[in-house]
Amino acid sequence: MYWEAINECMPREEREQLQLERLQATLFRVYMNVPFYRKTFDTLGIDPDAFRSLDDLRQLPFTTKEDLRASYPYGMFAVPLREVVRIQASSGTTGAPTVVGYTRNDLKHWSNLVARILTAAGVTQNDIVQIAFDYGLFTGAFGFHYGAERLGASVIPISSGNTKRQLKIMQDFRTSALLCTPSYALALAEAIHESGTSVSSLSLKYGLFGAEPWSEAMRSELQDKLKIIATDNYGLSEVMGPGVAGECLERNGLHINEDHFFVEVINPETLEPVAPGETGELVITTLTREAFPVIRFRTRDLTQLMPELCACGRTLIRMTKVMGRTDDMIKLRGITVFPSQIEAVLCATEGVEPHFQIEIDRKGALDEMTLLVEVSDSLFSDEIKDLQGFMDRIRRDLESEVGFPVEVKPVEKKSLERFDGKARRVIDRRKK
Amino acid sequence: MLKLKNVDIYYGKIHAIKRVSLHVDEGKIVALIGANGAGKSTLLKTISGLHRPEQGAISFGDSDITRAAPEDIVRCGISQVLERAHVFKPMSVEDNLLLGAYHRSSRSVRTAIHGDIDHVYNAFPVLRERKKQLAGTLSGGEQQMLAIGRALMAKPKMLLLDEPSMGLAPIIAREILNMIVHLRQQLGLTVLLVEQNARSALRIADSGYVLETGRVLVQGTADDLLANRDVQRAYLGRDAE
Repeated sequence: MYWEAINECMPREEREQLQLERLQATLFRVYMNVPFYRKTFDTLGIDPDAFRSLDDLRQLPFTTKEDLRASYPYGMFAVPLREVVRIQASSGTTGAPTVVGYTRNDLKHWSNLVARILTAAGVTQNDIVQIAFDYGLFTGAFGFHYGAERLGASVIPISSGNTKRQLKIMQDFRTSALLCTPSYALALAEAIHESGTSVSSLSLKYGLFGAEPWSEAMRSELQDKLKIIATDNYGLSEVMGPGVAGECLERNGLHINEDHFFVEVINPETLEPVAPGETGELVITTLTREAFPVIRFRTRDLTQLMPELCACGRTLIRMTKVMGRTDDMIKLRGITVFPSQIEAVLCATEGVEPHFQIEIDRKGALDEMTLLVEVSDSLFSDEIKDLQGFMDRIRRDLESEVGFPVEVKPVEKKSLERFDGKARRVIDRRKK
Repeated sequence: MLKLKNVDIYYGKIHAIKRVSLHVDEGKIVALIGANGAGKSTLLKTISGLHRPEQGAISFGDSDITRAAPEDIVRCGISQVLERAHVFKPMSVEDNLLLGAYHRSSRSVRTAIHGDIDHVYNAFPVLRERKKQLAGTLSGGEQQMLAIGRALMAKPKMLLLDEPSMGLAPIIAREILNMIVHLRQQLGLTVLLVEQNARSALRIADSGYVLETGRVLVQGTADDLLANRDVQRAYLGRDAE
């Protein structure tokens, strides 16, 4: 099932022409309307008329989160405020918020692109969609809200939190699609099991999870516990919100809506493009945004592009599940580790829940990683020896995954903080 | 079907069109809008071979027509209707139509040509009524119909229309534009339409491009363009403040 077959399955060569046309128009518009870009181009002696191929984009500098913050609140808007019908702000996971605006056309495209993502994940107008993202300045809830309404599904705008109420509504309203962060989905799954409710008494069919990286192991766990088809989707406020990319039912990579976003993957250190299929930082240029166009925005999200065609028939290029953020990237003893790797090991281990926290300390010259992980009550009441053996096993698995020894500390169930939105997994106590 | 990539055109010493890329899919009506002097007519004339681009590539189907001669471009299936109709005023309506098929006038196709004239008369019945009349005596709207009819005599796959409603009374202009929609349906024509009257062009178009100072300012579906602020400000008569 496609939402806009003509755009999703377009021959790639035709889409490249479309991207070029839209990119050239975007460059002309930002040069005319956004002082930041005009100044940048002029300072560097870049002629926006000189762009003749998608590759030429590489001559332009990146736009960073800091650039957006420096123009707080409205400095990057490309239209006067009277044309802006919506103002949102990024969730500020990593610092001060950035403000983004939408024109009427921007909202229309947003709805449409999210409807594509929902359709690709199996949702139809017959579904009852429970949106457990936070309604507010964060774009997640509104994006899905518009998309689901555009699709014709029945929307329950429950917002995040109040797990008990989420469950009651899920049961009473016969929710068939759940939209939230994967960590919150896990918390909901736990609450269902604790309440003694049988999952088969629910009507859940689909789970669309996003806004934070999550592993394949986590997918299996959520699919298993909630008896759903779980798909990943990707978006960020700075370029629009949800609707940038999403998985189809093949569940093997997220299709990027390339007719609206041009993507590159770069090495975050050298800033050069990576070889095809290599991991790097995703960089996005908007092609149709009117109010808030961005050129080469560094997302800080790490992924790989998958140029092979997908069996679903969409010609839109895929990216792998986001492996982590460059900010979450833990560099320890010269080795790079992502929280998602830890999560995968924990998901594969019986008797622990993938609720965890990573602490990093510097002892003398050596950096050390400690993992706090929740274990089931029975393990605590059992013989100390059993618990130790269990911890040793996790330690071994972790060491073979990340390549250095990790201290593992068991903590009681529910002792780590639960997050309604994005989870905070890493506490780095090293002085930079 | 028609694809332009990074086309630069000089008009004398003026850089009239700057690295313009655009495409028209088969069976679609695409509008090219922009203020006077934005380069719209120059662009059309370059597609039909009356102007040479400085740089860039123009392709039609599988053929590269960037530097092809106008008569070869007509044979490929592109016919242009120039601004202000340009009918041959001292000649009869029917002779004007016959001239449109000059490149097909071997004996064997002569009967076919007469069939084609009939099709044109069916599309524009007023031309049949006036077939013996001199073209110069037709009204502005009728001359425009004659010019379109003459272009159709070349059996084109694609029509390039340069301001077909220029100088016509609003009701006649509307009639002409409706006929374009009708022709697209009947003949499966593809149309690239240049118009100063953005609203009426976007009313019949599937998508469009807005040219400003020789560059594409925005590209999108007709609905998107009608709701776009720059288009409204500059071409739909909505004031800026």
